[in-house]
Formats: sequence, structure tokens, C-alpha cells
Amino acid sequence: MSAVGVAEIPRGALGRRVGRKLTDWLPAAVVLVGGILLWEGLVRGLDVQRFLLPAPSAILDTLWERRSELFDAGIYTFSEAFGGFVVGCTLAVLAAIVLARFRRLARSLLPFAIAANAVPIIAFAPITNQWFGPLEKTSKMAIAAILVFFPVLVNTLRGLTSVRPSSIELMRSYAAGEVEIFRRVRLPNALPYLFSALKVATVLAMIGAIVGEYFLSSQEALGFQIRNSAALFQFEVAWAAIVVASVLGILFYASVALVERLTMSWHPSTRGE
Amino acid sequence: MNATSVAVAIRQLSKRFERGNVQALETIDLDVRPGEFVSLIGPSGCGKSTLLRIIGDLIQPTEGSVLVNGKPARQARIDRDYGIVFQDAVLYDWRTVARNISLPLELAGVDRRRRDARVREMLELVELTGFEKHHPWQLSGGMQQRVSIARALSFSPALLLMDEPFGALDEMTRERLNNELLQIWQETGSTVVFVTHSIAESVFLSTRVVVMSARPGRIAGIVEIDLPQPRGPETRESPRFAEHITEVRRLLRKGHADEAIEGDTEVPLYVAEEGL
Repeated sequence: MSAVGVAEIPRGALGRRVGRKLTDWLPAAVVLVGGILLWEGLVRGLDVQRFLLPAPSAILDTLWERRSELFDAGIYTFSEAFGGFVVGCTLAVLAAIVLARFRRLARSLLPFAIAANAVPIIAFAPITNQWFGPLEKTSKMAIAAILVFFPVLVNTLRGLTSVRPSSIELMRSYAAGEVEIFRRVRLPNALPYLFSALKVATVLAMIGAIVGEYFLSSQEALGFQIRNSAALFQFEVAWAAIVVASVLGILFYASVALVERLTMSWHPSTRGE
Repeated sequence: MNATSVAVAIRQLSKRFERGNVQALETIDLDVRPGEFVSLIGPSGCGKSTLLRIIGDLIQPTEGSVLVNGKPARQARIDRDYGIVFQDAVLYDWRTVARNISLPLELAGVDRRRRDARVREMLELVELTGFEKHHPWQLSGGMQQRVSIARALSFSPALLLMDEPFGALDEMTRERLNNELLQIWQETGSTVVFVTHSIAESVFLSTRVVVMSARPGRIAGIVEIDLPQPRGPETRESPRFAEHITEVRRLLRKGHADEAIEGDTEVPLYVAEEGL
């Protein structure tokens, strides 16, 4: 992305590009496969007790055996995380827009939002559980929404307000009003900030939903599966559920990253040069 | 002089910044006639950029008045009577070159067809045909500034305000763009008010150079530049060019003894409201 040349990628270079992508990814793939093989080898070679650390092959077996159960649990938990993500991010963006408009209000409230960012909000999970009912999805959505709210608010507000003064002066010289300036300068300026916050928010929403489930939840939930099987020494099941949670988290993150690439095709950072 | 036959009429203008308690400008009187190319030159902190922004109604004066095309500055801004170019090209990264140029036309409600036609004309004028689909960050500094000029001219304003537009460019690019700007000025017949740090640039471009003194900013003197038009590379080598340069330099020295004029960067006096 450092190159800012105007040269187009020449035709017929597609093969070379794919080749370059492969060599980019090769080291990571080697580390992944190598790591799993090493894990498998160590567990077998050192005869590690299975309640300490099951072998990857054992986890994979369990994953396959219990696939429908784990899949349902994954969907259940993901729907909580996604619901909280949507609610929390929407409220945060709306709040950022209001605060960007009323700067005085922002100056008095922002320190609290930044402080809230530094607080382990997940500690409130037992309380939201009680407020919204521990067996209800809404209680997990609530903690996920609270978790994503502050980072999205702070980042979006920063994006809306960190506009170069000359950008605003230019719009005023064209007799543009506040609404026009918002729509044509502040909003596009905030997009990179918003998307980096949304990506963090996907991770936070998953954490909120799963940790919320650890305290108390419906038996269908992924968090319940992890906690319960660990308590019953069924470590293969716990690990398999963790794998499901990880895959869902990565897919969630990747889909937001994809939306980012599509909406910000103009941005230098999305032109993987 | 009749008020309507003046492009910019500045009367008894003063500007005091409350923050920092700085007297930026003191009792400025200046008339710019239609079709003139007037440069404002002075040391850092002489308020020349502030004066330009007051003409554009981007900053309010503390005292005095500014008429643009016979109207109060605010009305002139609302009527989109001027185009402005800053030192930094201020292009929007999320817009292509073509859509940056057409932005003022979009805001003025010009329909798509006429916008596209106008963008093509402007790209031709600044010699950037073929770059319409590029994004600003794909262009060099000089090309970006040409886009910025094309944007300022896209809606054919009678007045062009330029705040050190070539200040961040290397000497070679600057001279080339100076030649281009003069050509554009002659083709469009617009009035230009041009802020600069460079004595050579002000003499080469202008019909009049307004020399300002530092804090508080006052007009130290005005030099009429009688170099023949059209001007080109040979103009810079003429004896008359050198004489004018000496004249401007003497006025600058009188206005503010032993201060470095060229090369230093001006800290803008106006304080931005942005950021938290």
C-alpha cells in the first residue's frame, strides 16, 4: 500500500498475482499445519492426560460426532452476538452523530465514554442476565450490545470530527450547509474509523454472548456446552465447541471486513498493493 | 471608484483574534479591479491568509467591511461568487478526480450531463485528461493541485482566491504551474487574489503586488508590475523582472526588518474548531 503510482496492473498478470497471494499465505499455512502436527505429536509422544489437553484428532472426531448439536448451539449463540452487535452499533452510531452535532455535549460526555472503554464491562454480565432473564437470548444480546457500544461510539465520533479544517472551509466556500457537510465530508471521513470499530465489535459481541452464557443460560447455547462439558471432564466436547465459536468469530469478522472492502474501494488501504 | 466596478473592495478592515489576543490585521484598505491578478505577500504572521479568508467570508472581520462584486462577503459566498484553492489541495479521497472537480456543481444543483461536460473541459484546461477515474492519492502533489484549481474554476466564478497554492511544491513544478495559471487566468478572464511567500512568484504572476508588514498586518506598499503579457520563461530573465523583485524586497524589508521571508512555513492564525 505504500506504492502510489498510477500504473495499472498489466493484463495477463493475473497468474502472477495469484502466485504472489499464495506465497504471501504460505508461511501462515505452514505454521498452522505445523502447529497442529506438533500438538498431536506432543500429546501422543508425552502421553498427556486427555483432561489436560486432548489431541487435535480427538477434538476433530468429537466435532464430527456431535456436529448437528454443536451447529445448532453455534447458531443460537451467534444469533445472540449478532443481535447485540446490530443493536449496540446502531445506537453507538446514532449517539456519535448527535454528539458530533452538539460538540459541547460531546466534550462533557466523552470522558465517560472513554473511561467506559477501559472498564471490563463483561463483569456486568450476571446483572444483565438478571435484568433480561438468564434463559432469554435478550440478556446475552444486552451484554454484547453494551460491550460494542463504547468503542464504536468513540471511534465513530473521532471519525466524524477529525476532519481537516480546510475541508470544511472548502464546503462553506460552496455555500454548503451543515447537512451537506455532514453527508459529503464527515460521513465518508468517518467510514475508516467506523469499520475498524465494527471489526473489533464482532469479536466483542462474540465474547459477550459466550461469557454471558457461562454464568447462566439455555442449554442450547455454545457457552453452556463449553462450561458444562468442562465441568464434566468431557474436554473433547469443550474443545470442539471452542473450535465452533472460533470459526464463527472469524467468519463474522471476515464478513465485516468484506463489507468494508466493498464500501471503501476508494481507500488506499483496501487496494492491497 | 464605483463599488460595482470593483471585484473586491476592502474598507478599514481590522481583525483581532480573541484567542491569543493577536491583532492580525489593522486598517486594511484595498480595491481589486475585475480581471486583475493581485498577490498578497508578507512575512509569516502578517495575516495575509486571514485576509484572504475574510474576503471569502470564512472568517469574520472585527471591524470594517468587505464587498465582493458589490455585495457583502457573506452574500457573495452564498451566491458562489468565488472559487478557493488552498496550499493543501484538499481533495476528497473517496471521490475520483472527476467527482472532486464536479463537487461544486453538484452542490449548485447542476444536472449530470452538464457536469460531465464541464469536468471534461476543466480536465483539458489543467491538462489532466485521462485521469478522471483516478483517486487523489494516486496523483503527484502538482497534479493534485491542478485538480484543486480545476475544481475552483468548474463553476466559472468571477473571483479566484488562492492561498499559497504552490507553496508545498518543488521549484520546477511551481514554475510550470505558474505558467499554466497565467494561461488559465488569461483564458478565463477571472480576477485572482493570490497569497504567497515567494517574491519571484508574486512578481511573475501579478499585475499588482500588495506587500504586507508583520503583526499587526498592514499594507506596507503596493507595487504595480508592468511586465508585458503574455509572460513566459523569458519574462523571468528580463531586467525589468529583477527590478520589480528588488522593489518588492525593499518594501518587505521596510515593513519588517531582518525577518526571513522565503522558505518558512506560516502557522495559521485562525484557530480550528475541529477535533475533540
